[in-house]
Amino acid sequence: MSAAAVQSGVHEGFEAGQAARAADSGRLAAKFGALKQEGRGGLVTFVSAGDPDYATSLKLIQGLPAAGADVIEIGMPFTDPMADGPSIQASSLRALKSGMSLRRTIQLVQEFRATDATTPVILMGYYNPIYSYGVERFLTDAKAAGVDGLIVVDLPPEEDVELCVPALNAGVNFIRLATPTTDDKRMPTVLQNTSGFVYYVSVAGITGAGSATEDAISFAVERLRRHTDLPVAVGFGITTPDAAAAVARLADAAVVGSAIVNRIAANLDENGLASAGLVDDVLAFVRTLADGVRAARG
Amino acid sequence: MPQSIMQQLNTYRSGPDEQGHFGIYGGRFVAETLMPLILEVEQAYNAAKVDPAFKAELRHYLTHYVGRPSPLYHAERLTANLGGAKIYFKRDELNHTGAHKINNCIGQILLARRMGKRRIIAETGAGQHGVATATVCALFDLPCTIYMGETDIERQKPNVFRMKLLGAEVKPVKSGSRTLKDAMNEALRDWVTNVEDTFYIIGTAAGPHPYPAMVRDFQSVIGEEVREQMIAAEGRLPDSLVACIGGGSNAIGLFYPFLDEPSVKMVAVEAAGHGIETGAHAASLTGGRPGVLHGNRTYLLQDDDGQITEGHSISAGLDYPGIGPEHSWLHDVGRVEYISATDNEALDAFQMCSRMEGIIPALEPAHALAGVIRIAPSLPKDHLLVMNLCGRGDKDIFTVAEALGVQI
Repeated sequence: MSAAAVQSGVHEGFEAGQAARAADSGRLAAKFGALKQEGRGGLVTFVSAGDPDYATSLKLIQGLPAAGADVIEIGMPFTDPMADGPSIQASSLRALKSGMSLRRTIQLVQEFRATDATTPVILMGYYNPIYSYGVERFLTDAKAAGVDGLIVVDLPPEEDVELCVPALNAGVNFIRLATPTTDDKRMPTVLQNTSGFVYYVSVAGITGAGSATEDAISFAVERLRRHTDLPVAVGFGITTPDAAAAVARLADAAVVGSAIVNRIAANLDENGLASAGLVDDVLAFVRTLADGVRAARG
Repeated sequence: MPQSIMQQLNTYRSGPDEQGHFGIYGGRFVAETLMPLILEVEQAYNAAKVDPAFKAELRHYLTHYVGRPSPLYHAERLTANLGGAKIYFKRDELNHTGAHKINNCIGQILLARRMGKRRIIAETGAGQHGVATATVCALFDLPCTIYMGETDIERQKPNVFRMKLLGAEVKPVKSGSRTLKDAMNEALRDWVTNVEDTFYIIGTAAGPHPYPAMVRDFQSVIGEEVREQMIAAEGRLPDSLVACIGGGSNAIGLFYPFLDEPSVKMVAVEAAGHGIETGAHAASLTGGRPGVLHGNRTYLLQDDDGQITEGHSISAGLDYPGIGPEHSWLHDVGRVEYISATDNEALDAFQMCSRMEGIIPALEPAHALAGVIRIAPSLPKDHLLVMNLCGRGDKDIFTVAEALGVQI
């Protein structure tokens, strides 16, 4: 297919700039603006909604801002998380087993929002539960609950009319993944309808697998900055405070997922239920990541 | 939109559109990491399919390695017994490796070679597609990794050993429900990790564009042969076509060349497992609704929250919670009739075919035969019915013995 054909598919029925700007005026833009003023990179933390159960998950998420998370990324559990490694697959299944659904995930954000009006929350997941819920209804409910952005792994720019364009029109950021396989020719297509920030997937692979070298990340961030003024967050394979610090020196934020999720898994009893110290232990780990990120440019 | 364009042109054969859509179905719902590669596969396939050298190479292997054309055989005893339509079997179980799967594998591996790919991966449920893929990888000396759910490995030991004999690495999939859908997830995870050198041979007419169209095209040799063979045998086109349907590659291969022949009726038979009403079935069209999984929008078995549920069928090859997107479209526009047959109906048909025609069918086409047993008796004797006998049953004898309570 020609590049022109791809482009026409991407633009169908949408005035990109306006809605993207409207979406940007919220908590995410404020947060990245504040980080810039502080002169540091941010920490984006990932957990699956309802892992290992709704009440524990809510308590954990409510504790994240004080532990130093700048942006909260919440996984919408799905039975078939194709781009995720074993850790996040397992967390997704634990959440589903405890009775999570997309409705409950939105409720979780709403309950969090009641106690925190400023920390940006983004939902990450796969398209089918959203499609099943109904795109318009989902956007209305998510926005009302206080969701700031969406990362939907299996919606590339070629499928922008599905959710990306309606989300931008509804004032919800649509955060796109850029990857090592996204070359300079394709990058504008990927960035076209992206808002909030760009999530750079630093290794071609699944979550929690290998990690990229600092040189490779530095090169990739520079490349992205040539294409966009949006903040750049880097994720995949960041498991330690040092690694988070290294990324925070180069990019606008570091995303940590599997390592946090593993910490949840390590605090389950033999029946897979949350042990008493789970929330404190996971938040303590997040604090070490946040300290790393904060010391990075010191 | 695509659907109205097709209706305007009065054809059912113009799909998919440039974005890979059949009506609202199909598309390219994959992670960004895979997108550039998917576009590369599409470009390479578009070039290959009009290249006489590629077509000649494909023809060569289909003729001399697979053993095509497969016969179109008049099943006389079955016809007499059912007392209605004149029944023909398209004998794709006589292909090398014993099923229609090899038609597609030959096509895709030739494409992979053209693209300079050095490693092949595939998913398999019952093991037929895995065996066919391992076979073509041996033929062309390419390393081969097959993902197979742990549950299926347990159920399909002979095919696992076959794949290993052919030099493939069989990787047990322990994630999720440990069956075909999880094997496909795992193959996609491998592909995302090894994008540079790896080609993913998808086994059915599903997945992200261009796979549904590509697999259909490679399987269409079935229907094209039936057209020629039926005209040679009866001097006219068949009146109806019947095929079983899991993902739907054998069915679309038989149907596609006839879609614009209004006189040809088409029936596809889904696996009803223990019965649609029990919930334990694999009938995506009859018992599912549209959703997005494995790169395409199509009918899926799912719960109210959009979580994918498990398919059940006695046939591991039909045991998939989705279906190819072109079938979803053909279902909605009403061009093909989709019915279903239970495990028990398939078992009865399996035994009937073995005793009456001396052909032990795979449990997959036994579902098609169950459909034939239901519809043929009420049809006139000059009604020409073709059923795709898309696989042989050697692999299933253990399953059938167990279902019949026989120790072997």
